[in-house]
This record gives sequence, C-alpha cells and structure tokens, in this order.
Amino acid sequence: MSHQAVDLALVQFAPRKGDVGANLDLIAAAFKTLRRDALGVPDIVVFPEACLSGYFVEGAVREVALSAEEALRRVNALAKSAFGARHSSIDVVFGFYEDDAGKLYNSALYASLGAKPVLRHVHRKMFLPTYGVFDEERFVSRGSSVGAFSTRFGKAAILICEDACHSLAITVAAVQGAQIIFVPSASPGRGLEDHEPANVRLWRDLLRVAAAEHGIFLVYAGLLGFEGGKGFTGSSRVVGPAGDVRAEAPFDEPAILRVAIRLEDVAVARAALPMLGDLEANLPELVAQLESGGSTRR
Amino acid sequence: MSTARRAAKTPAFTVVRADLNPDPLALDCALVERWLVAFLRDELIRRRKISRAVVGISGGVDSAVVAFLCARALGPKNVYGIRMPYRTSNKLSSQHGRLVASAADIHDREIDISSAVDGYLRHEPRAGGQRRGNVMARTRMLVLFDQSAKLNALPIGTGNKSERLFGYFTWHGDDSPPINPIGDLFKTQVWDLARHLGVPPAVVDKPATADLIQGQTDEDDLGITYARADRILDAILKGFTPEDIVRQGFAAREVDLVRSRVGATHWKRHLATTAMISTTAINEFYLRPVDY
Repeated sequence: MSHQAVDLALVQFAPRKGDVGANLDLIAAAFKTLRRDALGVPDIVVFPEACLSGYFVEGAVREVALSAEEALRRVNALAKSAFGARHSSIDVVFGFYEDDAGKLYNSALYASLGAKPVLRHVHRKMFLPTYGVFDEERFVSRGSSVGAFSTRFGKAAILICEDACHSLAITVAAVQGAQIIFVPSASPGRGLEDHEPANVRLWRDLLRVAAAEHGIFLVYAGLLGFEGGKGFTGSSRVVGPAGDVRAEAPFDEPAILRVAIRLEDVAVARAALPMLGDLEANLPELVAQLESGGSTRR
Repeated sequence: MSTARRAAKTPAFTVVRADLNPDPLALDCALVERWLVAFLRDELIRRRKISRAVVGISGGVDSAVVAFLCARALGPKNVYGIRMPYRTSNKLSSQHGRLVASAADIHDREIDISSAVDGYLRHEPRAGGQRRGNVMARTRMLVLFDQSAKLNALPIGTGNKSERLFGYFTWHGDDSPPINPIGDLFKTQVWDLARHLGVPPAVVDKPATADLIQGQTDEDDLGITYARADRILDAILKGFTPEDIVRQGFAAREVDLVRSRVGATHWKRHLATTAMISTTAINEFYLRPVDY
C-alpha cells in the first residue's frame, strides 16, 4: 500500500452527442486546465461514463464505439500533448462505448499513461438499466465480472453507474482487495421537489453507506449536459472509507474536482468499524444459504 | 409504590407523526427554474448555436412561464413574444399578453391571424367550433415557425403535462415546437412556478382557457378542476390502480373521466404511425436519438 497522498482529479463535462473527436477535444481542454492548475499534475484523472460519445446513443453505439486500445491511444496522445513527458506520471479512468470485434459494451478503463501506456483494466458494465428512461440492454451486451486490479497506488476496481447501486458488487470488489472503487456514471436528473435533484441525494446516500460498510474509497465521476431533454447531474464526488464526503462538484456545471486522499485511511476505517471483516467471516454461510435457497443453520 | 412515585417514573413520550399526506406535486420552484433555464441554454445555445427564442404569447399562464424562463436563459432582448389574436378572441387575453411581455421585458408583437384563418374558412363555411379552433391553432404555429426563420430563432413549446395527457391540444399545432420546457409540469405546478417567477397575478389567478370559443374555460371543457385532475393523473402515471386512487379520496366518476381521456389520446403524444415494410424502418430498427 502506498503511504503517499494520491492526488485525484475528477472531470465532469457535457459531451457533444455522437462526436468522439469533439469530446476528445474537451478531454484535451481538461488536461490543459490541469497542466496550469496550482495543485500540480494529478496522479489519477477520472472521467464519467460514456464521456467520449454521450450516454443516450441508442442504435448508434457501433458508430461511436472504440476498442479499449484505440481509446487509450487517443487519450494518451492528448495527455502527452498537454503535459509533455510528465504525462507518464498520470493514470486515467474513463467511460466509453467499447467495440470488441463487433461485441459492444458500456465500458470503462483504467490505464497508466506514458510512452508505452499500460492498459491495466477494462470493466464492462454488468447491471444494464433497461427500464423507464433507460434502454441499455437493447444496444450493448452485459459484462460478466467485477475484478479488482493492481495499480501503483494500491488495489482498485471499477463499477459503472448502476453497478455501484448494488452493494453486492461493491462487496465483491472489496473482498477481492480493492481499496478504491472508481464509479464513472451518467445519472439523469429527476425529482425536483427539494433543493437538489432527488437522484443526486440518492447517489450520495448510496455511496456513503457503501463506503462505510466496506471501508473503501468511492470515486464517482458524473456526466453533465442535457440529452433529449434529460439532464445529467454531474455531482462528481469522493467518499472516504468512513462514509464521509470529502468533496463534491456542482450538479449542473462543468468542473474539475481535486481531492488528495491517503489509502491508509482504508485500514484505519476498517479497524474502527470492522464491517468488511465481519462480512468476510459470514460470507461463506450467506453464500451457502443463497445457493441452497434457504437457511443452512437452525 | 405511591401514585406520586409512579407518576414520577413515567417517561414523557413525545408522539412523532409522519406526514401521511405529503403533496405529491410539490416542487422546489427555485430548483425547477434553475433546471429549466439550464435546459433552454443547453438546447438552444450549446446544441443548436441559436441564441433567440420565439414564444406565442396567449395571455395565459403557460406561455407566460415560458416567456419568463426564456428571458432568464437567453436575456430578454433575445426573446420575441408574438400575440396572435383571432377576431373573436377575448380582448383581455391580448391585454394580458402585453402585460406578460412588459413584465418579462421581452419583445412584443401582435400578428392578427383573422384574415389568414378566414381566408381558408371561406372555403369551409360550415366548419364547426372544433375545426375552426384547430385551424387557428395550426395557423398560429405557421406564424411562429415563420417568425423563427426570419429571426434566426427557435420556437418554444408551451404545452403543460396536464393538457398533454388529456390530449387537450391541437395535434401538430400547439405541440409542434421542437423543445418544450414545461411539458413535464402539471398545470397546478405551472401555476406554482409562475408565482415564483413573478408572472403578474392577473395572468396566474384567472381561469385557464384555450380561448378558442367565447367564455370557454379548460375546467368546464374537461369536467374536472386541475387541482383534482393533476393528482389523479399523477397517481395513474405512478402505477396506482383506479381502486387505489378512489381510496385516496377521489370519486370513481372523476377517476374514470381522467383515465378515459388519457386512454383515448395516446396517439396524440406520438408522431405519425408508419407502416413497417423493411428491417430498417425508421424509429423501429433504425434508432437514433433526437440529438444525435
């Protein structure tokens, strides 16, 4: 585990629908802003779900999808242009529609940039919302696994939007050793009866509870902008392993949220509130009950 | 134990009651204003690179709210209010239209549609009230789109959710503009938003009317008040059964009335039905979002 602070930059913006080139330009603009930022070059830059194309693209997924390697190649080139040689100290997470030899996914990747960029992980969204305003499963295939992976800072995982609404997915990542979970998201705003959209409140509550239950950092990057009348509610935020919101961006403005975290906070939180340890102890019993369809103990 | 000692040990319970009847249509109007102003800026400026809006100003609350929102999103000098009276329209409507334009500080112009409407109806002298009303609504749309072309502006829709659900509008008339900021707000919510925005009370507090026939009001036409209809509509859309809604305090007659109007007008909330022939039928197989 690293004992250095990990300097995160969460970028939220409104993509231009279906225009990958224009959205790469927006990413380049974010990189240039970060190059000039007084806080210096971040360790990890996190972008939202489907940020290369916009979220609601329906039957046009194939037209905007890229292979993970190609998506990384393009973003790496932008980072090199903005940061020069310093880009090799940057890791990135971003969401994109993935074309894997004709199989289409709603994916997000984690990579270390540099002269030879390293693609460390690609997560394919498992929980594809297909109800109400959502219709994902009609257009992309379902991912099949949650996987923790190693980074130079510690163990991490990626869950995309609804994946992270299911605490079981977070449990799997935490049990695999993840200390930090990146959550690229695209959440359409609805419920305007209080001072902020109801989905913003729900996401904050969900992430706080899940972070505290598992003693884990949750790093949520939210898409912005209106797509066909549906407005996405940025609200990018970092939640600490005690369920504490470290910082949160506005729900309706482009922003780069800078947050430095220390992964040793994970151990401190898990020692103070050993929920994950308790869960691991009971997990075999719970899984057995689930598989048997009833109680294994009277 | 003495009575006094027992009394001293009795805890003083505070009874905390849940609000069993929260208003399902309550809005934070400041948040709604912020949301809809962002929507207008995003749709016009960011997406379409258009900085001007045209709004048909009827003198009623819906178009007043849209005019105020557009003025805040684009700046009042970029909003063109067009009043389009027919010769039988209530004169008060036009006065209220001028009042709205003045209060929102937007451009105000009157284009009388009587000669255009009558020019066509001369060929159809036996057309009844409904047909005449539809011709007026579609003529107004013709004016709004043409003014938009002239001004390099976008026409903005003013239909609310209640009238959309009731089908209480002219298909391809009132519903034609490409974007609509208030189409997901029930009429009673539009009234709340209007008061928040500072729409003149004379416009907010008068009975709603389509003003196609003299003396007409929406609530007389619909046979139910918006206050009751909106709550029934909201319950239907959320999935409550008619029996559930009656248990919530509404008369079965009211629930049936609202359900039948919604059920009979689904077609009005869609584009034309196209016969599918191929495996590339538009909006069936060939699916692209409106903003792609």
